[in-house]
Amino acid sequence: MRTVRRLPLVLGMVVVGFAVLVAIFGPALVAHDAFTQNLAHRFVPPEWLAGGSPAHPFGTDQLGRDYLARLVLGVRISLMIGLTAVVLSGLIGTTLGVLGGYFGGWVDAVVMFIVSCRLAIPIILVALTVVFLVGSSLTVVMLTIGLLLWERFAVVSRSATRQVASRDYVAAAWCAGCSRRWIVLGEILPNIVHHLIVVATVDMAIAILLAAALSFLGLGVPPPMPDLGLMIAEAKDYMFFKPWVIEIPGLALFALVLGINLLGDGLRDLLGGESGG
Amino acid sequence: MRVIRSREGGPYTVLRFLLRSLLLGALVCGTVLIASFLLSRASGNLAINIAGPEASAAAIAKIQHELGLDRPLPVQFYDWAARAAHGDLGRSFLFHEKVSSLIATHFPVTFRLGVFAIVLALVIALPLGIAAALVEGTVFDIAIGAVALLGQAMPSFWLGLLLIIWFGIDLHWLPIAGVESWTGYVLPSFVLSFVAIPVILRLTRSGMVDAMRADYVRTARAKGLSRASIVLKHALRNAAMPVVAVSAVQLGFILGGSVVVEVVFNIHGLGYLAWESIGKGDFPVVQAVVLLFSLIFVGLTVASDLVSALLDPRVRGA
Repeated sequence: MRTVRRLPLVLGMVVVGFAVLVAIFGPALVAHDAFTQNLAHRFVPPEWLAGGSPAHPFGTDQLGRDYLARLVLGVRISLMIGLTAVVLSGLIGTTLGVLGGYFGGWVDAVVMFIVSCRLAIPIILVALTVVFLVGSSLTVVMLTIGLLLWERFAVVSRSATRQVASRDYVAAAWCAGCSRRWIVLGEILPNIVHHLIVVATVDMAIAILLAAALSFLGLGVPPPMPDLGLMIAEAKDYMFFKPWVIEIPGLALFALVLGINLLGDGLRDLLGGESGG
Repeated sequence: MRVIRSREGGPYTVLRFLLRSLLLGALVCGTVLIASFLLSRASGNLAINIAGPEASAAAIAKIQHELGLDRPLPVQFYDWAARAAHGDLGRSFLFHEKVSSLIATHFPVTFRLGVFAIVLALVIALPLGIAAALVEGTVFDIAIGAVALLGQAMPSFWLGLLLIIWFGIDLHWLPIAGVESWTGYVLPSFVLSFVAIPVILRLTRSGMVDAMRADYVRTARAKGLSRASIVLKHALRNAAMPVVAVSAVQLGFILGGSVVVEVVFNIHGLGYLAWESIGKGDFPVVQAVVLLFSLIFVGLTVASDLVSALLDPRVRGA
């Protein structure tokens, strides 16, 4: 039973660890370039299907670009979006949540009001609008998602801060003459950080899925970048005859997000954090 | 009017609770209104979008004047908000139709899709959640938890495309696009229900686990009631309340997120309309759709607050 309980953490660490290695070293190791087109070699099937060749283990796309090279770069793009979005939304959400939870009263009311407003807006439509207005690029997608996805950090850090702020050691620090800044940074933050780590994994998974959806809808990472959502969008006109063109990038995206979620679940069991979902 | 006591003590009424929650909702809607207005005007290239990139400066200025875009922002906002309050959401730049009638024709499709999706989510997640709670800690429990994890990680547009290939092309069971007959709703509602399934499943499971350990269930057992009666009548009734409240909020998320599924299945609902309008810079439509989704979300949140306040004896002051 113990080993079954630890399974999510181990599986998650393996998948995410592999993805990180692929994202860092993969593009340098793959034989082909992700952007080089070869119209004579369009839709070469993956190696395990009839007509596949070992030169292109995952086949080639509608422009004859090597699918493996694009996939590897796609994982790098997804992880970059996930990390940046989580850092940005973590800063915004934790600041709001800790302020609301620590000061209470009208500060808390304002924070909760901002969170309510954020929850009320349909995030994907607003993200699409922003990307359309500012112009699509990887940076714009990362920033847009980071600026929109902080509500879970705010809610969790607020409730965790409220719990921690009523503990004796915070009162003791206050009596010892510690400044508010020290109490927040030195006493409260270290004691809520395990909650934040779990939220970070949840939000990273959501950010990656959201970015892929934006790319799929044509207002995310722009072509010719090999974003996984964009690869599916570009391949979907051919999926009726060659289902593998959408199965391969979709499976990669699914596995990556599943790995991050498993890691989050495992960490929650280990650290006792809450996801706020 | 029933006088109730909050957990902190002090009498206050259901009416006051409702008013407070409505006031907060109205404030949220107002803020979203201003934010969506500012967002649509932030670009400043609305007239260029309509006139086209090759238009002369004079033509652009003319369009700007006709649409009132050359006036100060607060004036534009006041004008828009005052008209919107009377149900006049302006005219679409590109469809040459009233925004309100565009929304009236597109909304029912999205609404049906959302309701089917949340019903489907409940039908799938409730029994699974109850089953997981009853076999808590066993391999079955973990397997059901894995279902929730898989659902959470599934990219909805990818699942939609796979289902189109499997059920639409390979098996010829269901239509692959549009909602001309009710069968067109099956696949898109199923994909949309994945938004809510993990949340409802986990909440049902944890609620049932708590309920099965509670004193009233032990009493019911001691009375010799049947297992079915204990689970369905005593435990589920208590565990279901937060699930009902959360389902309302999840319906709001489903509606706001329907754009992806509507595009995949080529369903001309509100999400599809918004997507088309965003891509063409038709901001009166975008603004109205965003606002409508926000209003619906706030309405559902207030309703769910109220329902849980009315149902929860701790809030009602039993």
